[in-house]
Amino acid sequence: MKILVTVKRVIDYNVKARVKADNSDVDLANTKMALNPFCEIAVEEAIRLKESGAATEVVVVSIGPKACQEQIRTSLALGADRGIQIETDTMPESLNVAKLLAKVVEVEQPGLIIMGKQAIDSDNNQTGQMLAALLDIPQGTFASKVELVDEKVHVTREVDGGLQTVALNMPAIVTTDLRLNEPRYASLPNIMKAKRKPLAVQTPEDLGVQMKTHTQLVKVEAPTERKAGIKVNSIEELIEKLQNEAKVI
Amino acid sequence: MAILIIAEHDNAVLKAATLNTITAASQIGDECHLLVAGSNCSAVAEQGAVVTGVTKVLLVDNSAYEYQLAENTSKLVTELAPSYSHILSAATTTGKNFMPRVAALLDVAQISDIIKIESENTFQRPIYAGNAIATVESLDSIKVITVRGTAFDAATTSDSNAPIETLSIVHDAKVSEFVSEEVAVSERPELTAAKVIISGGRGMGNGENFTLLESVADKLGAAVGASRAAVDAGFVPNDMQVGQTGKIVAPDLYIAVGISGAIQHLAGMKDSKIIVAINKDEDAPIFQVADYGLVADLFEVLPELTDKL
Repeated sequence: MKILVTVKRVIDYNVKARVKADNSDVDLANTKMALNPFCEIAVEEAIRLKESGAATEVVVVSIGPKACQEQIRTSLALGADRGIQIETDTMPESLNVAKLLAKVVEVEQPGLIIMGKQAIDSDNNQTGQMLAALLDIPQGTFASKVELVDEKVHVTREVDGGLQTVALNMPAIVTTDLRLNEPRYASLPNIMKAKRKPLAVQTPEDLGVQMKTHTQLVKVEAPTERKAGIKVNSIEELIEKLQNEAKVI
Repeated sequence: MAILIIAEHDNAVLKAATLNTITAASQIGDECHLLVAGSNCSAVAEQGAVVTGVTKVLLVDNSAYEYQLAENTSKLVTELAPSYSHILSAATTTGKNFMPRVAALLDVAQISDIIKIESENTFQRPIYAGNAIATVESLDSIKVITVRGTAFDAATTSDSNAPIETLSIVHDAKVSEFVSEEVAVSERPELTAAKVIISGGRGMGNGENFTLLESVADKLGAAVGASRAAVDAGFVPNDMQVGQTGKIVAPDLYIAVGISGAIQHLAGMKDSKIIVAINKDEDAPIFQVADYGLVADLFEVLPELTDKL
């Protein structure tokens, strides 16, 4: 079985995003970029399935300007077999991303597609579900456990009230949550080896996808900042403040 | 045109998050229909009928919808969608699961996790862990939207009683099935509905030490939460996680204990009315957002706090 993993290049999770002075967008110039943490978990899960013998090949796909090849190479260094970059000038809207990925799936015919549940830049949490709908296949979102049982994939999902397990026919889409696994670090020999692994570049035109504009970004603003309050010196003082000043207990 | 709200429920009780979504819908338009799709869920329809703002309840009762599997629910909503200008659901794990499928099937965008309605097609939503607020205009004829509960008040119940219309539309894709669930049972209030929350971070040291927080929580009628660091360290389950990718909360009082204040955690709680931070590191970033900070060893002051409340 082949596994397709999608990865996104995003702001490093340790970096605080700054809004541009003209409020047109977030300023990413000279910002440290990285593999989206949830995508990293997706790559790790696919590699583990390959190591266990359940999968034979792990293909990584990323969409965006050429710089996203860096994140594909990172995934190859972690153990993926080959990469596909779909070259676009800017980051397309989620539905367009899903349409591009649907074309890749048609060609690659993976048994399982593993994606991050959300990218930490746009915080949309939607592309995996959209792709599943376009392909008319089942989904297991926010996964904390993935098991192949007979011809199905059992996905344990992190839901608001606890955990829910669903059984899905394959092919299926799994989106990862934090506790699914702890991604490994790439070793230096594997980083070197990754440079020679195949990486194909395609365009939306190659895939025959018409990109549509569904939303317009009107402006981006910094949120109203909270101001630091006061330091109290004891529990008594804290309780007194909460009772008499804040009146919340 | 009317607005369709998808009710979240467990076939018996309408979930509180739906009430916030109804308030958001009422800010867009006057005609708000509530879809209750489930199995043996007529009680939920009756609860929805008396919520202020709901003008009609659509009840679809079939075993295919018992667990609100995304594959089935999304097709039902998509079939109903052409009669509506907006489709809203709470940005809970249930709403986040099926709503993007609805958007894709309708060939429209989903506007996720809105916190403010500027007009019927322009909305505000947080991006980059809440470090930026985007104003987004939808160009689609049908707007598919998920709503952040903490940004809108809960709709109240009224004397009015909206009519309940029963529909028999069955979509059973049979490609996915429910296997089991483990529902966290707690005597304490739910995180997203609690007026007071006390959360622990990596500084708690281990899972057993969370009993120190539970003692305080019992005195205050509070819910207990955790930072991602505490979840990652295996101290507590993920359903307790407050943050960018966990639960978004905005209680009257949020007490952060042994939490340094990473941006991902702040994204989940910085809209709380009053924030208290207890941390032994006086330089911890959490103090920059706290109304009251106490620099102290949590293992000394938590028992004291329990005693003195």
